[in-house]
Amino acid sequence: MSGFNKVVGSYEEAMAGLEDGMTVIAGGFGLCGIPEGCIAQIKKMGTKELTIVSNNCGVDGFGLGILLEDKQIKKMVSSYVGENKLFEDQLLGGELEVELTPQGTLAEKMRAGGAGIPAFYTATGYGTPVGDGKEVREFDGRKYIMEEAITGDFAIVKGWKADTYGNVIYRHTAQNFNPMAATAGKITIVEVEEIVEPGELDPTQIHTPGIYVDRLIQGTFEKRIEQRTVRA
Amino acid sequence: MALSREQLAMRVAQELQDGFYVNLGIGIPTLVANYVPEGMEVMLQSENGLLGMGPFPTEEEVDADMINAGKQTVTTITGASIFSSAESFAMIRGGHVDLTVLGAFEVDVQGNIASWMIPGKLIKGMGGAMDLVAGADNIIVTMTHADKHGNSKLLNECTLPLTGAGCIKKVVTDLAYLEIEDGQFILKERAPGVSVEEIVSKTGGKLVVPDNVPEMNV
Repeated sequence: MSGFNKVVGSYEEAMAGLEDGMTVIAGGFGLCGIPEGCIAQIKKMGTKELTIVSNNCGVDGFGLGILLEDKQIKKMVSSYVGENKLFEDQLLGGELEVELTPQGTLAEKMRAGGAGIPAFYTATGYGTPVGDGKEVREFDGRKYIMEEAITGDFAIVKGWKADTYGNVIYRHTAQNFNPMAATAGKITIVEVEEIVEPGELDPTQIHTPGIYVDRLIQGTFEKRIEQRTVRA
Repeated sequence: MALSREQLAMRVAQELQDGFYVNLGIGIPTLVANYVPEGMEVMLQSENGLLGMGPFPTEEEVDADMINAGKQTVTTITGASIFSSAESFAMIRGGHVDLTVLGAFEVDVQGNIASWMIPGKLIKGMGGAMDLVAGADNIIVTMTHADKHGNSKLLNECTLPLTGAGCIKKVVTDLAYLEIEDGQFILKERAPGVSVEEIVSKTGGKLVVPDNVPEMNV
């Protein structure tokens, strides 16, 4: 690595420094736009007691779901975790903790975390179990709860194209949580389908500027589809 | 006769207006997209980060990177835009979506809604539902009037944990269209062939019945 070149040669290098008990923020929505290679590397490393912040926890045998197989996850912070038998078993067995967080609040927690905002007020969840125990404030006659930002020791992100400086473009709805995740890691790793030279991407089209990216790697992706729906 | 799922969707579709940005929940709300009146333009928002959702793709068009909030493969219509989850919920929370349609387990006379959790059963999560009900001014809840045991889902006070407090003003059930105002349900329309008496008997919460309750046009 030199200058602004963020490219690393292997997933070992990409995930170096990940330790037991750390917090990892992962981009992705369902199985769309998930950092497949980083997840596989965490599985390989066998790191345990992880707190994973991600909208979902993959499915049995794919995505973040594979980290359940060896009980690597201590706690999930997610908005929806319904796709996964192993998840259910470990949750009911008390081996896994889950902090259910409304989807928009989760996105904003990551955004705030990356933007240096420690907390924010939202009407989402007021008067529901999500608001229990949280500070309530009234603005213009409406009640809001305080939600705290999230940052991670690592953030793992799936992009489409990036230049070697780590300027990233996402493809279609594989964008989802990835741009916020990219801002919220102490160490942010982005894996992409294609790495190009600086200058090849239009600066106007960059979703994640390279300043957020610490390590960049080109991967290959299975891109499994969760609900294949077609019309005739 | 109680409305079918399709008829429910047809009735909700009557609330659409030309130029509306609309978020449709999973289930019956999704069917509303099939009944957009001829010549009307609406744009469907999907909370994973898509405005201008189109129909399911053909076999050739299937793209793993193009899904909706139900994780189904979809397409985009002309004029669509794609953005991050933070941007998507800025639209939702910020009140920029014109109409939100979603299902529920229970609604009460205070406009409270319960739709995400049944204690004792496995809790899968609220997804974007809490943000949607907190952010939208114009929400329509679609559900059956009573559960399969005949218990009313329109109550004086929700018994299940809430999704949102004081946020629901309109409910379309298989029996009736009701509005919520000043701590009571107001019966606005009844399903074709359904009597006011049946609706009264299946409504648990305080219900105001005007002198004239027209039949729905479905």
